[in-house]
Amino acid sequence: MADHAHKLEIFRGLVKFKSNIQKIWGVLLFLTIITLIEVVLGIYKPSILETPLMTPFEGGFFATIGNIIFSGLIYMKPLNLIFILLTIVKAYYITWDFMHMRDETSGLRKMVVWTAVFLICYLIFILLQEGGYIEGVYTNGYIKRDF
Amino acid sequence: MDNTVASAKTQDQPWAGGVKPLKASYGKMMMWFFIVSDALTFSGFLAAYGFSRFKFIDYWPIADEVFTHIPFFHGNYPMIYVAFMTFVLIMSSVTMVLAVDAGHQMKKSKVTWYLFFTIIGGLVFVGSQAWEWKTFIQGDYGAVQTKGGNILQFGEYVSKDGEQVFKRVALRDIAVVQHKDRVQHKRKNGLWFVGESSLPSYNVSEVIAGVQANENVLVRTQELNDEGKKIVLSRLESLRMLKDNGKAVVEGANLKVNEYGSPLFADFFFFITGFHGFHVFSGVLINIIIFFNVILGTYEKRRSYEMVEKVGLYWHFVDLVWVFVFTFFYLV
Repeated sequence: MADHAHKLEIFRGLVKFKSNIQKIWGVLLFLTIITLIEVVLGIYKPSILETPLMTPFEGGFFATIGNIIFSGLIYMKPLNLIFILLTIVKAYYITWDFMHMRDETSGLRKMVVWTAVFLICYLIFILLQEGGYIEGVYTNGYIKRDF
Repeated sequence: MDNTVASAKTQDQPWAGGVKPLKASYGKMMMWFFIVSDALTFSGFLAAYGFSRFKFIDYWPIADEVFTHIPFFHGNYPMIYVAFMTFVLIMSSVTMVLAVDAGHQMKKSKVTWYLFFTIIGGLVFVGSQAWEWKTFIQGDYGAVQTKGGNILQFGEYVSKDGEQVFKRVALRDIAVVQHKDRVQHKRKNGLWFVGESSLPSYNVSEVIAGVQANENVLVRTQELNDEGKKIVLSRLESLRMLKDNGKAVVEGANLKVNEYGSPLFADFFFFITGFHGFHVFSGVLINIIIFFNVILGTYEKRRSYEMVEKVGLYWHFVDLVWVFVFTFFYLV
Protein backbone atom coordinates (compact mmCIF):
# COMPACT_ATOMS: atom_id res chain seq x y z
CA MET A 1 0.00 0.00 0.00
CA ALA A 2 2.75 2.36 -0.92
CA ASP A 3 0.32 4.60 -2.76
CA HIS A 4 -1.63 5.31 0.41
CA ALA A 5 -1.51 9.07 0.64
CA HIS A 6 -3.14 10.89 3.53
CA LYS A 7 -4.65 14.33 3.44
CA LEU A 8 -2.77 16.17 6.13
CA GLU A 9 -4.84 19.31 6.53
CA ILE A 10 -7.45 19.90 9.22
CA PHE A 11 -9.70 22.93 9.87
CA ARG A 12 -10.05 23.44 6.10
CA GLY A 13 -6.33 23.88 5.61
CA LEU A 14 -5.75 26.17 8.59
CA VAL A 15 -3.51 23.59 10.23
CA LYS A 16 -1.28 21.47 8.05
CA PHE A 17 0.76 18.58 9.40
CA LYS A 18 4.02 17.22 8.04
CA SER A 19 3.20 13.53 8.49
CA ASN A 20 0.28 11.29 9.28
CA ILE A 21 1.68 10.51 12.74
CA GLN A 22 1.95 14.19 13.53
CA LYS A 23 -1.64 14.66 12.43
CA ILE A 24 -2.81 11.87 14.75
CA TRP A 25 -1.23 13.57 17.77
CA GLY A 26 -2.59 16.92 16.68
CA VAL A 27 -6.11 15.55 16.47
CA LEU A 28 -5.67 13.87 19.87
CA LEU A 29 -4.70 17.23 21.36
CA PHE A 30 -7.77 18.84 19.82
CA LEU A 31 -10.11 16.08 21.07
CA THR A 32 -8.58 16.27 24.55
CA ILE A 33 -9.13 20.03 24.70
CA ILE A 34 -12.77 19.59 23.68
CA THR A 35 -13.29 16.86 26.29
CA LEU A 36 -11.72 19.11 28.94
CA ILE A 37 -14.05 21.97 28.01
CA GLU A 38 -17.01 19.59 28.30
CA VAL A 39 -15.90 18.28 31.69
CA VAL A 40 -15.24 21.74 33.14
CA LEU A 41 -18.62 23.02 31.88
CA GLY A 42 -20.26 19.85 33.21
CA ILE A 43 -18.81 20.30 36.69
CA TYR A 44 -19.31 24.06 37.10
CA LYS A 45 -22.48 24.50 35.01
CA PRO A 46 -22.34 28.31 34.66
CA SER A 47 -25.75 29.72 35.54
CA ILE A 48 -25.78 32.06 32.50
CA LEU A 49 -25.92 28.99 30.30
CA GLU A 50 -28.84 27.43 32.16
CA THR A 51 -31.71 29.44 30.65
CA PRO A 52 -32.68 29.28 26.97
CA LEU A 53 -31.51 32.19 24.82
CA MET A 54 -34.85 32.83 23.14
CA THR A 55 -38.49 32.70 24.16
CA PRO A 56 -40.91 30.87 21.84
CA PHE A 57 -42.62 32.89 19.09
CA GLU A 58 -46.32 33.37 19.61
CA GLY A 59 -48.83 33.51 16.81
CA GLY A 60 -49.83 31.44 13.89
CA PHE A 61 -48.17 29.31 11.28
CA PHE A 62 -44.95 31.31 10.89
CA ALA A 63 -44.41 31.38 14.64
CA THR A 64 -44.57 27.58 14.64
CA ILE A 65 -42.12 27.40 11.75
CA GLY A 66 -39.83 29.79 13.64
CA ASN A 67 -40.06 27.67 16.76
CA ILE A 68 -39.05 24.61 14.77
CA ILE A 69 -36.13 26.35 13.06
CA PHE A 70 -34.80 27.85 16.28
CA SER A 71 -35.86 24.93 18.47
CA GLY A 72 -32.27 24.40 19.65
CA LEU A 73 -32.17 27.92 21.03
CA ILE A 74 -35.74 28.11 22.31
CA TYR A 75 -36.30 24.79 24.02
CA MET A 76 -32.78 23.83 24.98
CA LYS A 77 -30.43 25.18 27.62
CA PRO A 78 -27.41 26.76 25.88
CA LEU A 79 -25.23 24.45 27.97
CA ASN A 80 -26.83 21.34 26.49
CA LEU A 81 -26.63 22.82 23.01
CA ILE A 82 -22.89 23.41 23.51
CA PHE A 83 -22.43 19.83 24.72
CA ILE A 84 -24.21 18.40 21.69
CA LEU A 85 -22.33 20.61 19.23
CA LEU A 86 -18.98 19.72 20.80
CA THR A 87 -19.92 16.04 20.63
CA ILE A 88 -20.64 16.32 16.93
CA VAL A 89 -17.33 18.09 16.40
CA LYS A 90 -15.56 15.25 18.22
CA ALA A 91 -17.44 12.64 16.20
CA TYR A 92 -16.41 14.44 13.00
CA TYR A 93 -12.70 14.35 13.81
CA ILE A 94 -12.80 10.73 15.02
CA THR A 95 -14.49 9.66 11.80
CA TRP A 96 -12.52 11.87 9.43
CA ASP A 97 -9.02 11.47 10.85
CA PHE A 98 -8.93 8.33 12.99
CA MET A 99 -11.14 6.31 10.67
CA HIS A 100 -9.56 8.00 7.62
CA MET A 101 -12.88 9.04 6.11
CA ARG A 102 -11.01 12.07 4.78
CA ASP A 103 -8.97 9.77 2.52
CA GLU A 104 -11.87 7.72 1.15
CA THR A 105 -13.59 8.49 -2.15
CA SER A 106 -16.46 10.92 -1.89
CA GLY A 107 -18.84 8.15 -3.03
CA LEU A 108 -18.06 5.93 -0.06
CA ARG A 109 -18.11 8.93 2.28
CA LYS A 110 -21.57 10.00 1.15
CA MET A 111 -22.95 6.46 1.27
CA VAL A 112 -21.94 6.08 4.89
CA VAL A 113 -22.43 9.57 6.28
CA TRP A 114 -25.59 10.73 4.50
CA THR A 115 -27.45 7.48 5.15
CA ALA A 116 -26.57 7.47 8.84
CA VAL A 117 -27.19 11.18 9.38
CA PHE A 118 -30.54 11.14 7.61
CA LEU A 119 -31.88 8.07 9.41
CA ILE A 120 -30.59 9.17 12.81
CA CYS A 121 -32.16 12.63 12.47
CA TYR A 122 -35.43 11.00 11.48
CA LEU A 123 -35.32 8.63 14.45
CA ILE A 124 -34.48 11.38 16.92
CA PHE A 125 -37.23 13.64 15.61
CA ILE A 126 -39.92 10.94 15.78
CA LEU A 127 -39.05 9.67 19.23
CA LEU A 128 -38.47 13.01 20.92
CA GLN A 129 -41.62 14.47 19.42
CA GLU A 130 -43.62 11.55 20.73
CA GLY A 131 -41.94 11.68 24.15
CA GLY A 132 -42.80 15.38 24.44
CA TYR A 133 -46.40 14.68 23.48
CA ILE A 134 -46.77 11.99 26.15
CA GLU A 135 -45.22 14.32 28.71
CA GLY A 136 -47.92 16.84 27.81
CA VAL A 137 -50.63 14.23 28.31
CA TYR A 138 -49.22 13.33 31.73
CA THR A 139 -48.89 16.94 32.82
CA ASN A 140 -52.04 18.50 31.37
CA GLY A 141 -54.28 15.48 31.33
CA TYR A 142 -55.87 13.74 34.24
CA ILE A 143 -53.11 11.31 35.07
CA LYS A 144 -51.94 11.39 38.66
CA ARG A 145 -48.37 10.36 39.11
CA ASP A 146 -47.29 11.76 42.44
CA PHE A 147 -48.78 9.54 45.12
CA MET B 1 -4.88 -5.61 -1.95
CA ASP B 2 -3.52 -5.57 -5.44
CA ASN B 3 -2.12 -9.06 -5.12
CA THR B 4 -5.44 -10.70 -4.33
CA VAL B 5 -7.58 -9.12 -7.00
CA ALA B 6 -7.03 -10.41 -10.50
CA SER B 7 -6.96 -7.12 -12.32
CA ALA B 8 -5.95 -8.02 -15.82
CA LYS B 9 -6.40 -5.81 -18.82
CA THR B 10 -10.00 -5.03 -17.95
CA GLN B 11 -9.52 -1.57 -16.47
CA ASP B 12 -10.83 0.26 -19.52
CA GLN B 13 -13.98 -1.85 -19.75
CA PRO B 14 -16.28 -0.81 -16.92
CA TRP B 15 -18.52 -3.89 -17.03
CA ALA B 16 -15.78 -6.46 -17.41
CA GLY B 17 -15.25 -6.75 -13.67
CA GLY B 18 -12.34 -5.99 -11.41
CA VAL B 19 -13.26 -2.30 -11.22
CA LYS B 20 -13.28 -0.66 -7.79
CA PRO B 21 -15.21 2.61 -8.09
CA LEU B 22 -14.89 3.31 -4.34
CA LYS B 23 -11.20 2.39 -4.29
CA ALA B 24 -11.81 0.33 -1.17
CA SER B 25 -11.58 -3.42 -0.77
CA TYR B 26 -14.66 -5.52 -0.21
CA GLY B 27 -13.78 -6.15 3.45
CA LYS B 28 -13.25 -2.52 4.30
CA MET B 29 -16.45 -1.44 2.59
CA MET B 30 -18.46 -4.09 4.42
CA MET B 31 -16.92 -2.97 7.71
CA TRP B 32 -18.15 0.54 6.94
CA PHE B 33 -21.65 -0.73 6.17
CA PHE B 34 -21.68 -2.80 9.35
CA ILE B 35 -20.69 0.34 11.23
CA VAL B 36 -23.59 2.25 9.67
CA SER B 37 -26.06 -0.39 10.81
CA ASP B 38 -24.52 -0.58 14.26
CA ALA B 39 -24.62 3.21 14.51
CA LEU B 40 -28.34 3.03 13.77
CA THR B 41 -28.79 0.44 16.53
CA PHE B 42 -27.06 2.67 19.05
CA SER B 43 -28.99 5.73 17.89
CA GLY B 44 -32.16 3.73 18.36
CA PHE B 45 -31.18 3.08 21.98
CA LEU B 46 -30.10 6.63 22.66
CA ALA B 47 -33.20 8.07 21.02
CA ALA B 48 -35.33 5.70 23.12
CA TYR B 49 -33.49 7.03 26.16
CA GLY B 50 -34.38 10.53 24.97
CA PHE B 51 -37.99 9.45 24.50
CA SER B 52 -38.26 8.21 28.09
CA ARG B 53 -36.48 11.24 29.40
CA PHE B 54 -38.79 13.61 27.52
CA LYS B 55 -41.71 11.67 28.93
CA PHE B 56 -40.50 12.37 32.47
CA ILE B 57 -38.64 15.57 31.71
CA ASP B 58 -39.41 17.12 35.12
CA TYR B 59 -38.64 13.96 37.07
CA TRP B 60 -35.38 12.74 35.61
CA PRO B 61 -32.34 12.09 37.87
CA ILE B 62 -29.45 14.56 37.69
CA ALA B 63 -26.42 12.64 36.40
CA ASP B 64 -23.99 14.76 38.41
CA GLU B 65 -25.56 13.46 41.60
CA VAL B 66 -25.57 9.86 40.47
CA PHE B 67 -22.01 9.29 39.29
CA THR B 68 -19.84 10.98 41.89
CA HIS B 69 -17.28 8.39 42.88
CA ILE B 70 -13.63 7.75 42.14
CA PRO B 71 -11.90 4.52 43.17
CA PHE B 72 -9.79 4.80 46.36
CA PHE B 73 -11.10 8.29 47.17
CA HIS B 74 -13.97 9.39 49.34
CA GLY B 75 -16.00 12.43 48.61
CA ASN B 76 -18.02 13.99 45.88
CA TYR B 77 -16.30 14.19 42.49
CA PRO B 78 -18.84 14.28 39.68
CA MET B 79 -17.61 13.69 36.11
CA ILE B 80 -13.95 13.09 36.94
CA TYR B 81 -13.94 9.32 36.63
CA VAL B 82 -16.02 9.19 33.48
CA ALA B 83 -13.78 11.85 31.95
CA PHE B 84 -10.85 9.57 32.73
CA MET B 85 -12.65 6.66 31.03
CA THR B 86 -13.32 8.81 27.96
CA PHE B 87 -9.68 9.78 27.79
CA VAL B 88 -8.56 6.15 28.09
CA LEU B 89 -10.77 5.18 25.17
CA ILE B 90 -9.63 8.09 22.99
CA MET B 91 -6.04 7.26 23.86
CA SER B 92 -6.52 3.62 22.83
CA SER B 93 -8.05 4.92 19.61
CA VAL B 94 -4.86 6.88 19.02
CA THR B 95 -2.63 3.84 19.56
CA MET B 96 -4.89 1.95 17.16
CA VAL B 97 -4.55 4.55 14.44
CA LEU B 98 -0.79 4.55 15.02
CA ALA B 99 -0.83 0.76 14.57
CA VAL B 100 -2.69 1.19 11.28
CA ASP B 101 -0.16 3.79 10.18
CA ALA B 102 2.75 1.50 11.10
CA GLY B 103 0.99 -1.25 9.15
CA HIS B 104 0.97 0.90 6.03
CA GLN B 105 4.72 1.20 6.40
CA MET B 106 5.01 -2.57 7.00
CA LYS B 107 6.72 -2.15 10.36
CA LYS B 108 5.82 -5.32 12.19
CA SER B 109 7.27 -4.59 15.63
CA LYS B 110 5.64 -1.17 15.80
CA VAL B 111 2.24 -2.61 14.86
CA THR B 112 2.68 -5.23 17.58
CA TRP B 113 3.45 -2.71 20.29
CA TYR B 114 0.70 -0.26 19.34
CA LEU B 115 -1.86 -3.08 19.21
CA PHE B 116 -0.67 -4.22 22.62
CA PHE B 117 -1.28 -0.75 24.10
CA THR B 118 -4.69 -0.63 22.42
CA ILE B 119 -5.68 -3.90 24.08
CA ILE B 120 -4.49 -2.62 27.47
CA GLY B 121 -6.53 0.57 27.00
CA GLY B 122 -9.61 -1.46 26.14
CA LEU B 123 -9.19 -3.63 29.21
CA VAL B 124 -8.76 -0.59 31.47
CA PHE B 125 -11.96 0.85 30.02
CA VAL B 126 -14.00 -2.33 30.51
CA GLY B 127 -12.66 -2.63 34.06
CA SER B 128 -13.63 0.96 34.81
CA GLN B 129 -17.07 0.36 33.49
CA ALA B 130 -17.46 -2.71 35.69
CA TRP B 131 -16.47 -0.60 38.68
CA GLU B 132 -18.93 2.10 37.66
CA TRP B 133 -21.69 -0.51 37.48
CA LYS B 134 -20.77 -1.91 40.88
CA THR B 135 -20.94 1.53 42.48
CA PHE B 136 -24.25 2.27 40.79
CA ILE B 137 -25.77 -1.06 41.83
CA GLN B 138 -24.60 -0.70 45.44
CA GLY B 139 -26.05 2.76 45.75
CA ASP B 140 -25.15 5.56 48.02
CA TYR B 141 -27.70 7.05 50.38
CA GLY B 142 -30.74 4.84 50.00
CA ALA B 143 -34.29 6.08 49.44
CA VAL B 144 -37.94 5.23 50.00
CA GLN B 145 -40.24 4.31 47.16
CA THR B 146 -43.83 5.52 47.25
CA LYS B 147 -46.95 3.65 46.24
CA GLY B 148 -46.87 5.46 42.91
CA GLY B 149 -43.33 4.29 42.24
CA ASN B 150 -41.69 7.66 42.93
CA ILE B 151 -38.52 8.01 44.98
CA LEU B 152 -38.20 10.01 48.19
CA GLN B 153 -34.66 10.92 49.16
CA PHE B 154 -33.45 12.41 52.43
CA GLY B 155 -31.21 15.28 53.39
CA GLU B 156 -30.86 18.38 55.48
CA TYR B 157 -29.92 21.99 54.95
CA VAL B 158 -26.44 22.88 56.11
CA SER B 159 -24.70 26.22 55.74
CA LYS B 160 -21.66 26.14 53.51
CA ASP B 161 -19.78 29.37 52.79
CA GLY B 162 -22.73 31.34 54.21
CA GLU B 163 -25.19 29.62 51.90
CA GLN B 164 -27.87 27.09 52.74
CA VAL B 165 -27.06 23.92 50.83
CA PHE B 166 -29.12 20.75 50.76
CA LYS B 167 -26.92 17.88 51.82
CA ARG B 168 -28.01 14.29 51.33
CA VAL B 169 -28.32 12.04 54.38
CA ALA B 170 -27.86 8.29 54.16
CA LEU B 171 -30.49 5.95 55.56
CA ARG B 172 -27.85 4.17 57.65
CA ASP B 173 -27.18 7.43 59.50
CA ILE B 174 -30.76 8.15 60.50
CA ALA B 175 -32.74 4.91 60.58
CA VAL B 176 -33.77 3.72 64.04
CA VAL B 177 -33.39 -0.04 64.19
CA GLN B 178 -36.44 -1.80 65.51
CA HIS B 179 -37.42 -5.36 66.11
CA LYS B 180 -38.23 -7.08 62.82
CA ASP B 181 -40.26 -10.19 62.12
CA ARG B 182 -39.77 -10.15 58.39
CA VAL B 183 -36.88 -12.31 57.22
CA GLN B 184 -35.61 -13.09 53.77
CA HIS B 185 -37.56 -15.91 52.22
CA LYS B 186 -35.09 -18.55 51.17
CA ARG B 187 -35.75 -21.50 48.94
CA LYS B 188 -34.79 -23.98 51.63
CA ASN B 189 -37.65 -22.79 53.87
CA GLY B 190 -40.56 -23.46 51.57
CA LEU B 191 -41.19 -24.36 48.00
CA TRP B 192 -37.81 -25.02 46.46
CA PHE B 193 -38.53 -22.79 43.49
CA VAL B 194 -39.76 -19.76 45.46
CA GLY B 195 -37.19 -17.39 46.83
CA GLU B 196 -36.42 -13.68 46.97
CA SER B 197 -33.40 -11.42 46.81
CA SER B 198 -31.90 -10.05 50.02
CA LEU B 199 -34.01 -7.55 51.93
CA PRO B 200 -33.03 -3.89 52.32
CA SER B 201 -31.16 -3.13 55.54
CA TYR B 202 -34.11 -1.17 56.95
CA ASN B 203 -37.85 -1.16 56.53
CA VAL B 204 -40.11 1.83 56.02
CA SER B 205 -41.17 2.16 59.65
CA GLU B 206 -37.55 2.30 60.76
CA VAL B 207 -36.93 5.10 58.28
CA ILE B 208 -40.04 6.97 59.47
CA ALA B 209 -38.86 6.64 63.07
CA GLY B 210 -35.46 7.90 61.99
CA VAL B 211 -36.86 10.96 60.24
CA GLN B 212 -39.01 11.71 63.29
CA ALA B 213 -35.98 11.45 65.57
CA ASN B 214 -33.80 13.74 63.42
CA GLU B 215 -35.53 17.09 63.31
CA ASN B 216 -33.56 18.60 60.46
CA VAL B 217 -34.11 15.81 57.98
CA LEU B 218 -36.35 16.63 55.03
CA VAL B 219 -37.71 14.67 52.09
CA ARG B 220 -36.56 15.53 48.60
CA THR B 221 -38.85 14.49 45.76
CA GLN B 222 -38.01 13.54 42.20
CA GLU B 223 -39.68 16.62 40.77
CA LEU B 224 -37.51 19.39 39.35
CA ASN B 225 -38.32 23.06 39.89
CA ASP B 226 -37.78 25.85 37.35
CA GLU B 227 -34.09 26.10 38.20
CA GLY B 228 -33.57 22.40 37.52
CA LYS B 229 -33.20 21.53 41.21
CA LYS B 230 -35.11 18.76 42.96
CA ILE B 231 -38.00 20.02 45.10
CA VAL B 232 -37.49 19.66 48.85
CA LEU B 233 -40.59 19.32 51.02
CA SER B 234 -41.16 21.12 54.30
CA ARG B 235 -40.75 19.18 57.53
CA LEU B 236 -44.51 18.72 57.94
CA GLU B 237 -45.04 17.65 54.34
CA SER B 238 -42.02 15.38 54.51
CA LEU B 239 -43.40 13.36 57.39
CA ARG B 240 -46.86 13.22 55.90
CA MET B 241 -45.59 12.11 52.50
CA LEU B 242 -43.46 9.43 54.08
CA LYS B 243 -46.20 8.07 56.34
CA ASP B 244 -48.98 8.16 53.76
CA ASN B 245 -47.13 6.98 50.70
CA GLY B 246 -43.88 5.30 51.73
CA LYS B 247 -43.97 1.70 50.63
CA ALA B 248 -40.50 0.20 50.30
CA VAL B 249 -36.91 0.99 51.08
CA VAL B 250 -34.64 1.07 48.05
CA GLU B 251 -30.89 0.72 48.24
CA GLY B 252 -28.93 1.01 45.03
CA ALA B 253 -30.26 0.33 41.59
CA ASN B 254 -31.34 -2.65 39.57
CA LEU B 255 -33.75 -3.23 36.71
CA LYS B 256 -36.81 -2.87 38.94
CA VAL B 257 -36.00 -0.07 41.38
CA ASN B 258 -33.52 2.76 41.45
CA GLU B 259 -32.71 4.88 44.49
CA TYR B 260 -31.60 7.78 42.27
CA GLY B 261 -35.01 8.28 40.67
CA SER B 262 -36.91 6.80 37.78
CA PRO B 263 -36.22 3.06 37.26
CA LEU B 264 -36.08 3.81 33.53
CA PHE B 265 -32.86 5.72 34.10
CA ALA B 266 -31.22 2.61 35.57
CA ASP B 267 -32.69 0.37 32.86
CA PHE B 268 -31.28 2.50 30.07
CA PHE B 269 -28.00 2.95 31.87
CA PHE B 270 -27.53 -0.80 32.19
CA PHE B 271 -28.72 -1.49 28.69
CA ILE B 272 -26.83 1.16 26.76
CA THR B 273 -23.55 1.13 28.68
CA GLY B 274 -23.84 -2.65 28.83
CA PHE B 275 -24.30 -2.92 25.09
CA HIS B 276 -21.42 -0.54 24.55
CA GLY B 277 -19.26 -2.41 27.07
CA PHE B 278 -20.02 -5.62 25.21
CA HIS B 279 -18.79 -3.94 22.02
CA VAL B 280 -15.59 -2.92 23.77
CA PHE B 281 -15.17 -6.44 25.12
CA SER B 282 -15.61 -8.06 21.70
CA GLY B 283 -13.33 -5.38 20.25
CA VAL B 284 -10.65 -6.39 22.73
CA LEU B 285 -11.09 -10.05 21.74
CA ILE B 286 -10.79 -9.24 18.04
CA ASN B 287 -7.76 -7.07 18.76
CA ILE B 288 -6.14 -9.96 20.62
CA ILE B 289 -6.71 -12.30 17.66
CA ILE B 290 -5.23 -9.74 15.28
CA PHE B 291 -2.36 -9.15 17.71
CA PHE B 292 -1.36 -12.81 17.55
CA ASN B 293 -1.75 -12.82 13.78
CA VAL B 294 0.64 -9.89 13.59
CA ILE B 295 3.15 -11.68 15.82
CA LEU B 296 2.88 -14.85 13.75
CA GLY B 297 3.58 -12.82 10.64
CA THR B 298 0.31 -13.53 8.86
CA TYR B 299 0.04 -10.02 7.46
CA GLU B 300 3.74 -9.89 6.69
CA LYS B 301 3.18 -12.89 4.41
CA ARG B 302 0.13 -11.24 2.84
CA ARG B 303 2.27 -8.14 2.32
CA SER B 304 -0.67 -6.06 3.60
CA TYR B 305 -1.82 -5.02 7.04
CA GLU B 306 -5.32 -4.20 5.87
CA MET B 307 -6.85 -6.46 8.49
CA VAL B 308 -5.45 -4.16 11.19
CA GLU B 309 -7.13 -1.27 9.41
CA LYS B 310 -10.50 -3.01 9.31
CA VAL B 311 -10.37 -3.95 12.97
CA GLY B 312 -9.20 -0.42 13.65
CA LEU B 313 -12.37 0.93 12.03
CA TYR B 314 -14.45 -1.13 14.46
CA TRP B 315 -12.36 0.03 17.40
CA HIS B 316 -12.73 3.70 16.47
CA PHE B 317 -16.44 3.19 16.08
CA VAL B 318 -16.64 1.93 19.66
CA ASP B 319 -14.86 5.12 20.73
CA LEU B 320 -17.25 7.18 18.62
CA VAL B 321 -20.27 5.63 20.31
CA TRP B 322 -18.79 6.30 23.73
CA VAL B 323 -18.46 10.00 22.86
CA PHE B 324 -22.24 10.08 22.40
CA VAL B 325 -23.03 7.94 25.44
CA PHE B 326 -20.83 10.25 27.51
CA THR B 327 -22.73 13.30 26.32
CA PHE B 328 -26.23 11.95 26.72
CA PHE B 329 -25.79 10.08 30.00
CA TYR B 330 -23.37 12.27 31.88
CA LEU B 331 -23.47 15.79 30.45
CA VAL B 332 -26.84 16.77 29.04
